[in-house]
Amino acid sequence: MSTIVFKNKPRVVGWYSVAGKKESEGPLGNTFSRVVKDEYYGEKTHEAAERKLFVTAIQGVIRDASVTPDAVFAGDLLNQIVSASFAMRDIGLPYVGIYGACSTMALSLIVAASYVDAGLLKTTVAAAGSHFATAERQYRTPLEFGNQRPPSAQWTVTGAGATMLTHNQTSPIVVTSATIGRVIDYGIKDVNNMGAAMAPAAADTLARHFKNTKTKPSDYDAIFTGDLGRIGEEALRDLLKDEGYTLGDNYYDCGKLVYSGKQKVDMGGSGCGCSAITLNGFIFSKLQTGEYKRVLFMATGALLSPTTSYQGETIPSVANAVVFEHQTIKTEGTTK
Amino acid sequence: MNKQEYAEYIKKITPKSKMWGSLARAFLVGGLICLLGEGIGALYKMWLPQYDQTQIGSLVSCTLIFLAAFLTGIGVYDKIGYFAGGGSIVPITGFSNSITSAAMEYRKEGIIFGTCANMFKIAGPVIVVGVAVAMLCGLGYFIVGLFL
Repeated sequence: MSTIVFKNKPRVVGWYSVAGKKESEGPLGNTFSRVVKDEYYGEKTHEAAERKLFVTAIQGVIRDASVTPDAVFAGDLLNQIVSASFAMRDIGLPYVGIYGACSTMALSLIVAASYVDAGLLKTTVAAAGSHFATAERQYRTPLEFGNQRPPSAQWTVTGAGATMLTHNQTSPIVVTSATIGRVIDYGIKDVNNMGAAMAPAAADTLARHFKNTKTKPSDYDAIFTGDLGRIGEEALRDLLKDEGYTLGDNYYDCGKLVYSGKQKVDMGGSGCGCSAITLNGFIFSKLQTGEYKRVLFMATGALLSPTTSYQGETIPSVANAVVFEHQTIKTEGTTK
Repeated sequence: MNKQEYAEYIKKITPKSKMWGSLARAFLVGGLICLLGEGIGALYKMWLPQYDQTQIGSLVSCTLIFLAAFLTGIGVYDKIGYFAGGGSIVPITGFSNSITSAAMEYRKEGIIFGTCANMFKIAGPVIVVGVAVAMLCGLGYFIVGLFL
């Protein structure tokens, strides 16, 4: 079965998010652990700034939890996932690089939680992040080039998020299950319409998850997708209807949550950082307080590269889903 | 939904650029840039009466190229482009912007492998196509000329 059920209940014991200026001006502005207004973050290049975002997020979660993890699972969008790897050069902990494009936050969480659940590692950290300027350079045009974005385009989030997982019973947030995505390609070629490319993968993973866990959309207090944007969200709703599932008002897209309509971001936010900063702040806070009892978090990724696009290939995509539950903490001696 | 149905479905739900608004803004800004060129040309003609029309034309182009490069450098041209679209891409100023923006973007990889190697990344195809088409036109002109 492609859905993992975590029997030993790995728990989220810490989270940290660091976001850029534009994100801080959005609706989630006050949910981030830290805001960095300078797009260069005091560094010489945007790439170095992205690395520093990773360092800040990972060191932040370690400092807040006062626990040194056994390994870090992290990844980003840049070629050879340099941001995560170079950041780990400064952090010096054992590291596994993860690439799932914009689904990296969910994918690294699944891997990190699996190691804890299996008892192979005691404490792990999952992290992901992105930077608007580095993504523009790698996938699109120079920043100062005076072109217009098509209305279907999305805006790469500047920010990084990190989550700490362990068996420790001091946190109410439990990772209960996860569904690993299949690579799905519905033949979309338009690199300015990522939501359309990723929606079929999202529908596939969600439908399999519901089927495998014998749940339906209304069984969750909230369902979040990573960065489908407005078009992707609409397509996901319609594709799931074909599978017999209807997404209600409890469905949100992080790409739509992270910016307000006035911020000129067209269809919404995107990038690894989009789901990472929304999860490691807004979502976990609500799980912590118990406002959300059960959340399905699914990040989607478009697995293309500039080379494959120029060569006329279509865009394969993947979606990875994780379920978090708020469970009351049982203190020693009171459990029977 | 199969792939073909999905493609049609996506086409239906994807918003399109608002054509009339884009056209109006492109016309306005593109026209203003040309007007600016004409104005600069008139000034040069006044200051430099000894120059002929071709020389004045070259001077105007150089001035517009400089202005666009300068505006790119101080981070203004991309904002004009966001508003005007084709209106600020098509004139010679857009060409200047495409080269300057690439030169700036890749400066961090060094002068040779960064700026020099990449500054024609966007403008390069325009130059190649321009030269190739000019050559074909010249050839056509030559062949037609043989029979006239």
